[in-house]
Amino acid sequence: MKKTFTLMRARDRDRRHLLRGAVAAAGSALLAGCDRLSRNDAFVETLQSAEHLNRSIAKVVAPRSAMAQEFSERDVAQTFRGNGTLSPSDDDYVALRNGGFADYRLQVGGLVAKPVELTLAQLRALPSRTQITRHDCVEGWSCIGKWKGVQLGRILEMVEPKPEAKFVVFRCFDSMEGPSLDGRDSRYYESIDLDDAHHAQTILAYELNDKPLPVTNGAPLRCRVERQLGYKQAKYVRSIELVTSFADIRGGKGGYWEDEGYEWYGGI
Amino acid sequence: MDIEATTPAPAAIVARPARRVYRHRLPVRVMHWVNVVCMTVLLMSGLNIFNAHPALYWGHESSFATPWISFGARNTPNGPVGYTRIGGTEFDTTGVLGLSPTGADRRPTARAFPSWATIPGPQWLAMARHWHLFFAWLFVVNGIAYVLYTLFSRHLTKDLVPTRDELKNIGRSIVDHLKFKHPTGDAATRYNVLQSLTYLIVIFVLLPLIVICGLALSPTLNTVFTGWVDFLGGRQSARTLHFLAAFGLLLFVVVHVAEVFIAGVWNEMRSMITGWFTIPEQRAQKEVQP
Repeated sequence: MKKTFTLMRARDRDRRHLLRGAVAAAGSALLAGCDRLSRNDAFVETLQSAEHLNRSIAKVVAPRSAMAQEFSERDVAQTFRGNGTLSPSDDDYVALRNGGFADYRLQVGGLVAKPVELTLAQLRALPSRTQITRHDCVEGWSCIGKWKGVQLGRILEMVEPKPEAKFVVFRCFDSMEGPSLDGRDSRYYESIDLDDAHHAQTILAYELNDKPLPVTNGAPLRCRVERQLGYKQAKYVRSIELVTSFADIRGGKGGYWEDEGYEWYGGI
Repeated sequence: MDIEATTPAPAAIVARPARRVYRHRLPVRVMHWVNVVCMTVLLMSGLNIFNAHPALYWGHESSFATPWISFGARNTPNGPVGYTRIGGTEFDTTGVLGLSPTGADRRPTARAFPSWATIPGPQWLAMARHWHLFFAWLFVVNGIAYVLYTLFSRHLTKDLVPTRDELKNIGRSIVDHLKFKHPTGDAATRYNVLQSLTYLIVIFVLLPLIVICGLALSPTLNTVFTGWVDFLGGRQSARTLHFLAAFGLLLFVVVHVAEVFIAGVWNEMRSMITGWFTIPEQRAQKEVQP
């Protein structure tokens, strides 16, 4: 009797081990499979097809002029979190910064009738918009800040985009992989479509929380595209270019993080 | 069905041989397994996304110094440790949460959830988002199809909504569950009352909540009705609720799978694959006096 029990118990134990082994094997096969799929171009392309669907649906359910939520003064964070580049080490930026950005010129060009160069003083002299909005990082955190700047739409009126212009490209000062000694350009860049460019809350901000924009947050000028995630909000903006397509710019995906695999449509 | 009504001898329940019934119809089976794939991918890619900022908050924005829960790793004289911090209390969770062996060399790596729980295994936010946002669509389309099916096939009213009698006997059902006693005979053809209520909560509370909280994380969808996210307490509350709902669903799955094993794994699995379920033999027994 006792022997049978021991035998049964041993068989149970074997069965449990077998089951546990099978579950573990199936689990690691599943994980390895998923990781292999993540490196399969056709599969990743299929996954990415959701981005087009997301963008199309967003365009339908959120009208072109739909406004991002604005908050009150008491919601403003004491310190606005800086992320990505916190202090560009590129020579041209450091020189401008040491001069208090007095020599800064925002260049606006590309497919426009009247390219312009604007100093910070000229930008500040233009009518401004102040907005208290929530910044949503792709990592998951949010931070509320009070931004003051000039509407991008106003700048576009000034330069008169040509009919073939479809996107606005922001070129920034900060090299993401260290200053490019070997000639490789890793400076941050971003792009948005004309719907977002003309949106009332899309501004080129020079102030944060009633003070000149700090270096950690993109001094002297950063873009706010309030209906998209943080990586779309280019900091340290050097120039703005209107283009028909961004396919021939760098990785061709329309932005530094987009070239690294993030969605161009950063609304989700 | 009432057992007494079909029993010829009121004093005892007669033995009945095991028999097979067609329990789950094809659409339910297909949608069940599509859901298994979606929920697995969504949970695991969601954990990879979470790892990019492993802390949760209440309100509109992140109070970085005071998350209600956070995960991390730090160095101590005895080597690196992984921790889970809830409110002001810290728990050492080295090996699983905060710090876990990663990659082929199983090097201890600072990451909230371990690589065996995430898709993809390595920390890779962009790729995890592709997985998550694709399978979210599949999951929502499948879920809507399921709800429509339950309504039109009357699966909802016939099978899922408990009867008044079942609700009255909920105490008995709780005791039976605690004793791991499973219904036999005709009773086994119906969802029991705890099962029905659990399914209803999962289908009509947890799943809609997790979808709405997911949509609330989108800055563009926030603008559909400006300020609607306030109903969830703000975007960071929505992120917290999204996470809690995910763990509510995980808890459901753990209990659900455990019940499948307790009730008979082959029979239950067969019924969800082929539709056919063997009703456990009903043993003859003396009727229990009320």
